[in-house]
Amino acid sequence: MAITREDVLHVAALARLEIPEDDVDAVRDQLGAILEAVGKVSELDLADVEPMTHPLDLVNEWAEDEPRPSLPRDEALANAPDPADGSFRVPAVGG
Amino acid sequence: MAPQTAAGDKALIDTLKLTAEEAVGLLERGEVSGEELAGAYVEAIEARDPELHAYLHVVGERRKGVPIAHKDVITTKGIPTTAGSKILVGYTPVFDSTVAARCKAAGLPILGKTNLDEFAMGSSTENSAFGPTRNPWDPERVPGGSSGGSAAAVAGGLAPWALGTDTGGSVKQPASLCGVVGLRPTYGTVSRYGIVAFASSLDQVGPLTKTVRDNARLYELIAGKDPCDSTTVELPEPVAIPEGEDLTGLRIGVPKEMNEAEGIDPGVSESVNAAIRLAGELGAEIEETTLPRSVEYGLACYYLVAPAEASSNLARYDGVRYGFRAEVDGDLTALYSRTRWEGFGAEPKRRILLGTYALSAGYYDAYYGQAQKVRTVIAQEHAAAFARFDVLVSPTSPTVAFRLGEKVENPLAMYLSDLLTIPSNMAGLPGLSIPCGLSEGLPVGLQLIGPQFSENTLFRVGHALERAIGFDYVPERLR
Repeated sequence: MAITREDVLHVAALARLEIPEDDVDAVRDQLGAILEAVGKVSELDLADVEPMTHPLDLVNEWAEDEPRPSLPRDEALANAPDPADGSFRVPAVGG
Repeated sequence: MAPQTAAGDKALIDTLKLTAEEAVGLLERGEVSGEELAGAYVEAIEARDPELHAYLHVVGERRKGVPIAHKDVITTKGIPTTAGSKILVGYTPVFDSTVAARCKAAGLPILGKTNLDEFAMGSSTENSAFGPTRNPWDPERVPGGSSGGSAAAVAGGLAPWALGTDTGGSVKQPASLCGVVGLRPTYGTVSRYGIVAFASSLDQVGPLTKTVRDNARLYELIAGKDPCDSTTVELPEPVAIPEGEDLTGLRIGVPKEMNEAEGIDPGVSESVNAAIRLAGELGAEIEETTLPRSVEYGLACYYLVAPAEASSNLARYDGVRYGFRAEVDGDLTALYSRTRWEGFGAEPKRRILLGTYALSAGYYDAYYGQAQKVRTVIAQEHAAAFARFDVLVSPTSPTVAFRLGEKVENPLAMYLSDLLTIPSNMAGLPGLSIPCGLSEGLPVGLQLIGPQFSENTLFRVGHALERAIGFDYVPERLR
């Protein structure tokens, strides 16, 4: 099952990656080669095998509900590219 | 106060040879001050790091304590943390990771932050946005990766010990290529709080050191439950600093597929086989065993599970809260998409796309879901082997350090570097790489794998073999 240009553009949109038009074919070829290699997992019939989601058998690790100091606002904003009025400023949503 | 002259102190500190344990001794006996100790490493960095580029950021703190270098995915309050990525240029954390805080609390001054493949994705450190690190044994060759900066710093005498992280082999493989000792701990024994996340069900912090005893000491310092990371657990038994050389009663399994895999250099096999024979002479029982599907399907399984988790973890780099932001005339989605395309390097983008694809509607069951089932098979195969054996052995890396540029254009060839480290990582098991000899004048690593929480056994076996092998960890050209 070869990956198409449309597949690449769809996945890139989901991943919020703006692939320049000139790079789409190269990305498709590389992804195609890797997908072919990793597709090897489908050789095994594992219908009755449970998926492993985590290496440890930990279930419901609860923490005590104890208030602790949180980051002061100015520190939380210290690394922001464009802070304004104590907030993160961004362009219009869906402009 | 230490009575020595400056010249006398220097003679005590040969950073290429000095182990962390020896450094502790020098400090405790007052033979050198913390200032002098850290100063010797800073001098070594000034002399050799322009060539090696093990460090992205030199801090050079001077306090009484054995100084340490942290891979630049380890968040350090007030000290830049880039993950080797342009997308985090200018980011200075406002908090410490748990491992950095523990090292700080133990009095370890920070020498600096070490180079790595961007977001720990790679096996050569060539994927760093800030240029590659070079191998102290041969600067034309890679140090391995992704913790290549930490491995090169320890091998090149630029740090007595260092921390790295290991997702698919990123501590064990560079340790192997640089001739140092590297531990990938049991998943859950070391806190991931404040570690720049790559693949959360696999990432573990681990020590890189000159000796197994140093490794056990650093592991002891960083391991244990952390309220800030709910995937951590208490160690079932305290860390035992290894002594002695007797391996009587130890059962060692030699998985056929991991020792005869296609692509293993003959010189690597020779060194590893010699080490296995030595283990036998020390009293261990050696027997061949098999992990058929773990090796055959491990790599494919890893390159679905890890990118899938990465695609989710790396969603946070959006140009809004920290790091790089692209110039863009457009809406918020355009800002995200342009920032991420320009800010990430080729490998993270490749893995984000691969992971997003594997998780997307219509492909989830065939790729990600199937890979998670393969992971169960791999864990079961290992569990069956550990019913019969205490330790499994293999080469850490199929090859010695390869040349810079050799695999950059071929991601699949690069991925094969981790063929032998990946299977046990998928199963959540600990692995220790120790140098076991040279091939073509370059270090060969022996991988010791144990069941969950078997670090003490790995240290014991590693220490016994280290003494029996007598590997000289100072790179030949620097002796």
